[in-house]
Amino acid sequence: MSLTADQVRWVAHLARLELSEADLAKLTEQLSAIVDYVGQLQSVNTDGVEPLAHPLPIHNVFREDEPHVPLPVEAALANAPDRHGGFYGVPAVLD
Amino acid sequence: MADLPYRIVIGLEVHVQLLTKTKLFCGCPNRFGLPPNSATCPVCIGMPGVLPVMNRRAFELALKAALALNCQIAAFTKWDRKNYYYPDLPKNYQISQYDLPFSYDGWLEISTATGPKRVRIIRVHLEEDAGKMLHDEQGGGRDSLVDLNRAGTPLLEIVSHPDMSTPEEAKAYLEEIRLMLRELEVSDCEMQEGSLRCDANVNIHVPLAGGGHAATPIVEVKNLNSFRSVERAIRYEAQRQYEEFQKTGKKLGEVPKATAGWDENRGITVVQRRKEEASDYRYFPEPDLVPVEVDDAWRERIRASLGELPAQQRRRLQEQYGLSAYDANVLTSQGRAMVAYFETVSGKCGDPKAACNWITNKLLAVAKTQGSGNGGPFALPAEHLADLIAEQKAMGLTKQISEELFDLMVGEGLTAKEAIERKGIKPVASADELLAIVRRAIAANPKAVADFKKGKTAAAQAIKGAVMKETKGTAKPDLVQQLVMDELQKV
Repeated sequence: MSLTADQVRWVAHLARLELSEADLAKLTEQLSAIVDYVGQLQSVNTDGVEPLAHPLPIHNVFREDEPHVPLPVEAALANAPDRHGGFYGVPAVLD
Repeated sequence: MADLPYRIVIGLEVHVQLLTKTKLFCGCPNRFGLPPNSATCPVCIGMPGVLPVMNRRAFELALKAALALNCQIAAFTKWDRKNYYYPDLPKNYQISQYDLPFSYDGWLEISTATGPKRVRIIRVHLEEDAGKMLHDEQGGGRDSLVDLNRAGTPLLEIVSHPDMSTPEEAKAYLEEIRLMLRELEVSDCEMQEGSLRCDANVNIHVPLAGGGHAATPIVEVKNLNSFRSVERAIRYEAQRQYEEFQKTGKKLGEVPKATAGWDENRGITVVQRRKEEASDYRYFPEPDLVPVEVDDAWRERIRASLGELPAQQRRRLQEQYGLSAYDANVLTSQGRAMVAYFETVSGKCGDPKAACNWITNKLLAVAKTQGSGNGGPFALPAEHLADLIAEQKAMGLTKQISEELFDLMVGEGLTAKEAIERKGIKPVASADELLAIVRRAIAANPKAVADFKKGKTAAAQAIKGAVMKETKGTAKPDLVQQLVMDELQKV
C-alpha cells in the first residue's frame, strides 16, 4: 500500500474527521488504491513540459467593481444549524 | 539594542485589506461595520455550484501596491486553493496564490535612527480574506459566533525577508507600508479595524564563544493588533527565546517551527502549536479562476499612476529645500497633502526652514488638539501661513507675537494682515521713533534706572520690556537692547 495508517490519520485530522481504527484501516486501503491509480501518471515523462495552470486557453476574466444586492440575512442564515441573532452559531473553538 | 547579548532577526508577514467597493470574487459590499451577515451571497458563503469572478479593481490595486514595493510583476499568474477547516472559512479552502504569485522580489526603504535601510520583499500575493469569529471571552464554553461579511474580501499578503534586526525597525517598516498604501488609496490600513494585520517571524542569533553564532528556532508571533504590540511582542519573544536557549540549547532545525499568540494584557507570547506545513494545506490550482497575464503596457500604466513615494519625498525635501533628514521625515509621515502644503508655504514665503518649523511646531500641534475635523491641519490656508512668515520678517515680529497672531488666524479664520490689524500692531516706522519710545520708557521707570546706576544691569530688562510692550513686540529685540543700553549710559 502506498499510504500508511499514520498518513491517513493525519489527513483525517486536517479534515477534522474522527475515524475509528476499523474505518482507518478500510480508508487506508481505499485511499491507497486511489493514489496508486492516479500514480500511473508518474510513468509519463514530463521533462520540458510546462505545468498546466488551467485547462481552458483563456485568461484575464474580470468583473467591474460594482456592488450587487447581497442576500437578506434571513436567507443567508436559512441553512444554519444554529444561530445567535444575525450570527451563525458554531461549537466553541478553542484553538 | 546594542547591549543585548544576541541579535534579533525579524521577518514580517503583513496583510492589508484593499479599498474596493466589492469583494474579490462577488459583488457583495466590502465595508467594515455592517450588521453581521448582511453582506454575503452564495459565492462568498460557499454554496455549491457558484463561480468566483475576479474583481478588476482589486487586481489593479494589488499591482499598484506591488509596484510601490519595487516588486517584479509576473507576466503570468494564477490562483490556488489552500485547504483548511475552520468555521470562518465556509468553502473549506481559501483562494490564495501559491507557486506563481503575481509579484515577487521587491524592497521597501524605511527610515531608521541610523539612516535609510532597505527591507527586501520576498513576494506579494492577492487572496481572499476569511470571515470573522467572536469567541466567548469568559471561557464559559458558549458557542462561537460567525460573521461572514468579511469572507471573500480582497486581501494582500506582503512577505518580507528577515531583514529587520530591532523591534523599532519592524515598527518603522509597518508604518512605512501604512503611509504608502494610504497615500496610494490601496488600503486604509487601520490596525484597530483589522485592515492592516501583521505576523512576525522572530528568532535570535546568539554569539558563540568560539566565534560564529547559534540561531534559535523561528517562532511566528500572531495577534499583533497595534504598532505598539508589534514592538513589545518582538522584544518579549526574543528575550524568551534567549532564556529558553540558555536552558535547552535547542537550535533552528532541531524543533518544528511554532506559532505563538501575543497576549496584550499580560504582555507575553504564548507558544501554541506545531505550525502546519505547506503540504498540510494541500494546495492545488483553483479550477474556477482562469490565470491573469500582465503585459508591459498594463504594468507601466499602473506604475505611472504611483506618483512620488515617501522615500523619494524624504530625499527630495532634503535636496531641494535643504531640510534635515528629521524634518523631511516628519513632513513626509504626515502624507502627501502635508508635503504639498509645505511646498506652497515655502514657495510663497521663500523660507523653507521657517515654513517647516511653523508646520512642525505649531500647525501639527493644532491638528493634534483639534483632531481631523474642521480641516485638521489645513484649517489655516497655506497662503495665509506664508503671509504670516513674510510679515514676521518684514515687521521684525517676535516669536511670541507671531504665535499669538497664528492662534488668532486659526481661531478666527483671519488672514495675516487682518490678525495684525485686529491686534493693533503697527510697525515701528523708524529708528527715530523707536529711540523716542526708549527715552519715554527710561523717563517712566526711574526706579529701574536707579537700580541700573547701582550696577544692577539686569534692571535694563524692565526698560526693554516696557519698550516691547509699547511697540506690541514689533521692535527688533537686539536693536531695542542696544538703544536701551546706549540711552541708559547717557542718563
